[in-house]
Amino acid sequence: MFDALSERLRKTLGALTGRGRVSEADVDAAMREVRLALLEADVNFKVVKDFVGRVRERATGAEILDSLTAGQQVVKIVNEELVALLSAGDRTFHLTGSPAVIVLVGLQGSGKTTSAAKLARFMVKQGRRPIMVAADPYRPAAADQLQTLGKSLDVPVFRAQTGTTVLAIAKAGMDAARKQVRDTVIIDTAGRLTVDEGLMKEIADLTAALKPAETLLVIDAMTGQEAVHVAEAFAAAVPVTGLVLTKIDGDARGGAALSISAVTGLPVKFLGTGEKTDALEPFYPDRLAGRILGMGDVLTLIERAQETYDEKQAARMTEKLRKNSFTLEDMLEQMEQVQKMGPMGQLIEMIPGLGGMAKQAQAAVDRGDLRRLQAIIRSMTPEERRDPNVLNGSRRRRIANGSGTRLQDVNQVVKQFSELQKMMKQMSGGRFPRRIPGMPGQG
Amino acid sequence: MFHFRKPKQPEVGAEAEQAPEAPAREPAAEPAAESLFEVEAHAAPATDETPGDLAEGLQKSRGGFMSRLRGLLKSGPAEADWDSVEELLIGGDVGGALAAEVVERARARKDSPTAEAAVREELAALLIPSDPRWRPARATPDQPAVLLMVGVNGTGKTTTIGKLAHLYRAEGSSVLLAAADTFRAAAIDQLRIWSDRSGCQFVSHAPGADPAAVIYDAIDAAVARHVDIVIADTAGRLHTKSNLMDELAKMRRVIDRRLPGAAPEVLFVLDATTGQNGLAQARVFHETVGLTGIVLAKLDSTAKGGIVFAIEDALHVPVRFVGVGEKLGDLLPFDPAAFVSALFA
Ligand SMILES: Nc1nc2c(ncn2[C@@H]2O[C@H](COP(=O)(O)OP(=O)(O)OP(=O)(O)O)[C@@H](O)[C@H]2O)c(=O)[nH]1
Ligand SMILES: Nc1nc2c(ncn2[C@@H]2O[C@H](COP(=O)(O)OP(=O)(O)O)[C@@H](O)[C@H]2O)c(=O)[nH]1
Ligand SMILES: [Mg+2]
Ligand SMILES: [Mg+2]
Repeated sequence: MFDALSERLRKTLGALTGRGRVSEADVDAAMREVRLALLEADVNFKVVKDFVGRVRERATGAEILDSLTAGQQVVKIVNEELVALLSAGDRTFHLTGSPAVIVLVGLQGSGKTTSAAKLARFMVKQGRRPIMVAADPYRPAAADQLQTLGKSLDVPVFRAQTGTTVLAIAKAGMDAARKQVRDTVIIDTAGRLTVDEGLMKEIADLTAALKPAETLLVIDAMTGQEAVHVAEAFAAAVPVTGLVLTKIDGDARGGAALSISAVTGLPVKFLGTGEKTDALEPFYPDRLAGRILGMGDVLTLIERAQETYDEKQAARMTEKLRKNSFTLEDMLEQMEQVQKMGPMGQLIEMIPGLGGMAKQAQAAVDRGDLRRLQAIIRSMTPEERRDPNVLNGSRRRRIANGSGTRLQDVNQVVKQFSELQKMMKQMSGGRFPRRIPGMPGQG
Repeated sequence: MFHFRKPKQPEVGAEAEQAPEAPAREPAAEPAAESLFEVEAHAAPATDETPGDLAEGLQKSRGGFMSRLRGLLKSGPAEADWDSVEELLIGGDVGGALAAEVVERARARKDSPTAEAAVREELAALLIPSDPRWRPARATPDQPAVLLMVGVNGTGKTTTIGKLAHLYRAEGSSVLLAAADTFRAAAIDQLRIWSDRSGCQFVSHAPGADPAAVIYDAIDAAVARHVDIVIADTAGRLHTKSNLMDELAKMRRVIDRRLPGAAPEVLFVLDATTGQNGLAQARVFHETVGLTGIVLAKLDSTAKGGIVFAIEDALHVPVRFVGVGEKLGDLLPFDPAAFVSALFA
């Protein structure tokens, strides 16, 4: 559903290779793709604007011009810029004060209570003695929720009589912490909207009185464009020290966190990766950058692809494709190339000449039948490899016997190849003039 | 950036009495609303009917945007800065691709006096008009209507159930709530409180029980007691977790089996602050259990809920209600015109 940025760039920039120069218009086209990809990832549009400006500046630079694949370079630059933004602020988790106080704030339903329990569990693992304070007197059964979680972790939960103010609850919670010799107090607050001045003042008073070591803003990874305003409003009301980005176990890209870090300079300190109390993870900027781009660890992949793939060979292949002199031997060579690079999925498709085969080859590798393909092609005579049209029934049977495969396997390889050839003919037949063949069925 | 003004809402009984846990959270007095939605375009200057802080809030959050937009569009479609209109849409979570498409189509219109009007019409065309008289249907008079509430974690399902229950109770229907979120800590207690507040019957099992079994028992009880409407709460689940989606499909099958031909209403509760992921969510939930309606919760926040356009465009599932707060009465029928206006407010 979401096009990974690499895929988008392959489509727009794939045609660039072989032409030598990246024009202003090409960069524009690439930047449009970068913009759309980031918007789809819920990065705030103002942040996107600045960001694209910076990437454009770098992309128009010389480093792009001579490179084999402009698309890869653009992805690399985008990735570097993303990582830089996501590395904002001080990511260390401070536990100063005795007891150390941690306050969780955020919108309704963002995951504060669950995160409180996750942090409590984390603290226990670190050898600390936490207590949780249920400072949400509003939502039905909010305190019950925290208490249930506390019980499952064997961590005490302080809750107050109804009608008590939040500040009073928190102060009483501090007393309880001292009495029970607890070194960490985790305060769960009610969800609130930033426009609710009364409730915003409530947490402002709370943090002013308790001087927490950490005031964490809990943000849902699915949050859209408003994330920046939400974070700014919370940061204006209370001394926010960082973010907990929750529900990252889904498929939301989490661009909200990028926007917040870019605008407020606040770091992400933890990720919520599930509903259970053990689903809390430290945050690594490069991983989230990859996620926002819709790929894995981009940098490593690009580097590995560059190491493995021989530029000259790529150029030769491109030429063959264009001239329609592509043979079964070439097909095998390409597939072996893909195999050598390992499971790099989308990235392979950005490599010129490989785009068309990437998916087929990957599937073949996954199915384990590349070995069979190798055996079959190696059992062919040079003539047969160049022109499979000569393969009549008896030749095919001979090849099957020679390669230890079945007749239908040989037939399948021949069919696969002729489909690939047909596709290339279509593409060189004027429908896709400058293009290197993309994936089958994709215009 | 805008507020949906809450309707004047006589609560059933004093909430403080029925729910000792919850101190009153909103100012007691609410202004009478002449229309359900208040948007900047039609906003009267604050009168003493409007509590000071509310008026101030409105002022603060909207002034800039609206005047900026007016400035942009004053000169008519030809000279208007379409890019900025597009940004306005994107800022409201309409999505980059859809915003571009809508603006493109609006530009092609020749019949609109202003760019804003053109964009508004294009946006409105994406929305499915929702019949305000819509009620959950029952297959036969001796069967209850069934509402299954679904959505990802923390969107507002349980709260919306409280509001819906309140609505149907006020109309004289008998309502039974089924606590089929057996997973989240204290989810059953949370629903029970809403059940008490709205005066409903209640069926629950122990935490950790099979949610489909809860629904089965709830329908049995409703049939036996001639209850009009059953509303089933479910645990929030991410659409990417296939085991949890399977569990939901099973709940749906149990309803279909227990009430053959009844076609339950399946309401997808979407948090208005959700960004582009909302479309993926809606798609998978639709594929899994067949959505019949959408509730857009938390529209009292500063978010615009623009992802709804893409969802309706893709799935043709109408938005039935919007949630505008955390109290029983904070549920409004969806009004497409007002929703579009709010995007520009
Ligand atoms: N999948 C997933 N679900 C989560 C995560 N964190 C919280 N949740 C779920 O999100 C929902 C809301 O979580 P809560 O912890 O109750 O959120 P809250 O911010 O305390 O909510 P309110 O107190 O109602 O404002 C629950 O269904 C949680 O189980 C997470 O990292 N991943
Ligand atoms: N401001 C606001 N908060 C809401 C609304 N609907 C639900 N909430 C809050 O959002 C949080 C999650 O709601 P809940 O009903 O527990 O969500 P569920 O996990 O989907 O059942 C709670 O804190 C609710 O009070 C709404 O329309 N407006
Ligand atoms: Mg909570
Ligand atoms: Mg719930």
